[in-house]
Amino acid sequence: MLTILLDGHGELAEWRAAARALLLAGIPPERVEWRQRGGATGDLFGGQMEGSPLPPPDPQTPAATVPRAFLELAEAVICHNDPRRFALLYRLLWRLQGERALLEMRADADVVQANRLEKSVRRDAHKMKAFVRFKELSDGEGQPRRRFLAWFEPEHFIVGRTAGFFQRRFTDMDWIIATPKGTSSWDGQHLRFDPAPATKPDLRDAADDLWRTYYAHIFNPARLKVQAMQSEMPKKYWKNLPEADLIPDLIAGAEARVREMAARAASDPPAFHHRLRARDKAAGREGET
Amino acid sequence: MKKTLKERLAILSDAAKYDASCASSGTERRDSGRSGGLGSTEGSGICHAYAPDGRCISLLKILLTNFCIYDCAYCINRSSSNVERVRFSVEEVVWLTLEFYRRNYIEGLFLSSGIIRSSDHTMEELVRVARILRTDHGFRGYIHLKTIPDASPALIEEAGLYADRLSINIELPTDAGIDNFAPQKHPTRIRAAMGDLRLKIDAAAEPSFRGRRKRFVPGGQSTQMIVGVDGANDATILASSARLYGNYRLRRVYYSAFSPIPDASRALPLIKPPLLREHRLYQADWLYRFYGFAVEEITRTRPDGNLDLEIDPKLAWALANRERFPIDINRAEREMLLRVPGLGPRSVNAILSARAHKALRLEDLGRLGVSLRKVRPFIAALGWTPLRLVDRSDLRDLFAPKPEQLSLF
Repeated sequence: MLTILLDGHGELAEWRAAARALLLAGIPPERVEWRQRGGATGDLFGGQMEGSPLPPPDPQTPAATVPRAFLELAEAVICHNDPRRFALLYRLLWRLQGERALLEMRADADVVQANRLEKSVRRDAHKMKAFVRFKELSDGEGQPRRRFLAWFEPEHFIVGRTAGFFQRRFTDMDWIIATPKGTSSWDGQHLRFDPAPATKPDLRDAADDLWRTYYAHIFNPARLKVQAMQSEMPKKYWKNLPEADLIPDLIAGAEARVREMAARAASDPPAFHHRLRARDKAAGREGET
Repeated sequence: MKKTLKERLAILSDAAKYDASCASSGTERRDSGRSGGLGSTEGSGICHAYAPDGRCISLLKILLTNFCIYDCAYCINRSSSNVERVRFSVEEVVWLTLEFYRRNYIEGLFLSSGIIRSSDHTMEELVRVARILRTDHGFRGYIHLKTIPDASPALIEEAGLYADRLSINIELPTDAGIDNFAPQKHPTRIRAAMGDLRLKIDAAAEPSFRGRRKRFVPGGQSTQMIVGVDGANDATILASSARLYGNYRLRRVYYSAFSPIPDASRALPLIKPPLLREHRLYQADWLYRFYGFAVEEITRTRPDGNLDLEIDPKLAWALANRERFPIDINRAEREMLLRVPGLGPRSVNAILSARAHKALRLEDLGRLGVSLRKVRPFIAALGWTPLRLVDRSDLRDLFAPKPEQLSLF
């Protein structure tokens, strides 16, 4: 049994290097144990755990090739926090050598599992693009570029994967996105990713107050659909959203607001309405201006 | 005393929330990587928050002003309403958009306005916001502008250069409804404006002799219909949508259940908004656009021309056309697979891909993420025939929700 020890920060390269060596040495999946450094199983043995050296290639094994679709799938799956992802990907890689159409067999148990992990990673990355909230750093006055910092808590190792999106979008400002699964940053020159876990900073931004005002007023109390909101904006994200603590009161007050609207008798139109309609009449052309 | 920016933001978002659209998808892909500026659009839109009404908040959706010389009965901003009237300056809207965008609250701006002074004057102000965002600030995020129906062609032309999407609300499904409830609006002119816009969009899509296409409203045009104001049934509403999709090539028709507004008009009783009806209309709209259903197929299952509220329109169609089932999932063509209740385009693609390699059983479908409870009565698979399940008289009861006591409010 070979033990392969990986960092597992969501980058495909380290897994790919190990998997390629194993494949070229002809080592079948059941002879490999994949472990994550500092992961759930790794902790128990602490520093004493060491990975096996990678085996030399077996000259009898033909050069490995994989379909492009597998690499795309693997790039997403490797970001998942499931410790079994390394083994799953290696099993797929191994089987792909004989079953070229494996990925199209969408009901295959390994393919189903990989697709499930990929979907979960995609969703988390999408939610990260949606729910990161930048706060402006006020110590940046006099600097040529404005500076922003965000704190986010992703479920999977997606900080590196999403960094390019934020760079392409927020190109003219310096930003840092700090998370328990690493930090990405952009300074106008370099896009960086540091896998070390960050700690939550204490930040205030006056613009949050305007955003909260908007959030409260774009809500229509006559259409309360709390389930629909929560399935798209699960509670696990709420603690870092400046608008989320308004939600309980908005929900609690909704019914009373609707009752009040219904109970209030129609009021008399304001004077300018009468002037407008009188003008319409005088012009003899209802409504034209 | 002049209201603060925050107070005006509150009023002008209240004024904008009855427009259902908040979409930021369907436009071109672009980013600021090369320009070094701000903003991007990357295919699918992003909902940056959800309000407790379950609606996506993707854009800063506000009115430039809620002063309005029109008096549309269903509208919070109609001239006869006593809501407080305020306005933003063009610069304030620009500032709010950019500051909200930088904090990743939004994908961009959806700007509309009450009609003030004249159509052209109002449209000019909307265009000015978009022009400043694009040219002075190099903003590459999403911009949706409401188009004022009678605005001059030159202004629409300019709006289309900056905006990802333009929309004109048709408001009500019938001309009679518009005459009754929106007396200053003219259905023929609304349609003429949509037609003009379609021609402009088509013309811009034609490559020039250099092979270049002009960038003009890449996200196309959309509209909104309010449901539950006039007496139109669902068949009328959906037929009206089909014409809008067909004749004016709209990207989206939004349905908005009429919902209580502050200081409502005497002409319209305040009732609980027909949210379920609105939901069924969206489902039917989807069947028309993505599943190959004709509108009449969907609406003729009930004599009153309304969709069944208890079950979704695809299931209703299947129950009314039982002789077409069961469908063999290992042989049927895509078009027919799409008609099976419980199968969407994604699962149909998965089935087509998987069955090329082996014949599928029910368990295989389950692994593809298909709900077996829903599809089982309607399909045949390897080792599975539903016998004459579709002849069962209780089939509807398998799916329809249990009767509930009507809520008093």
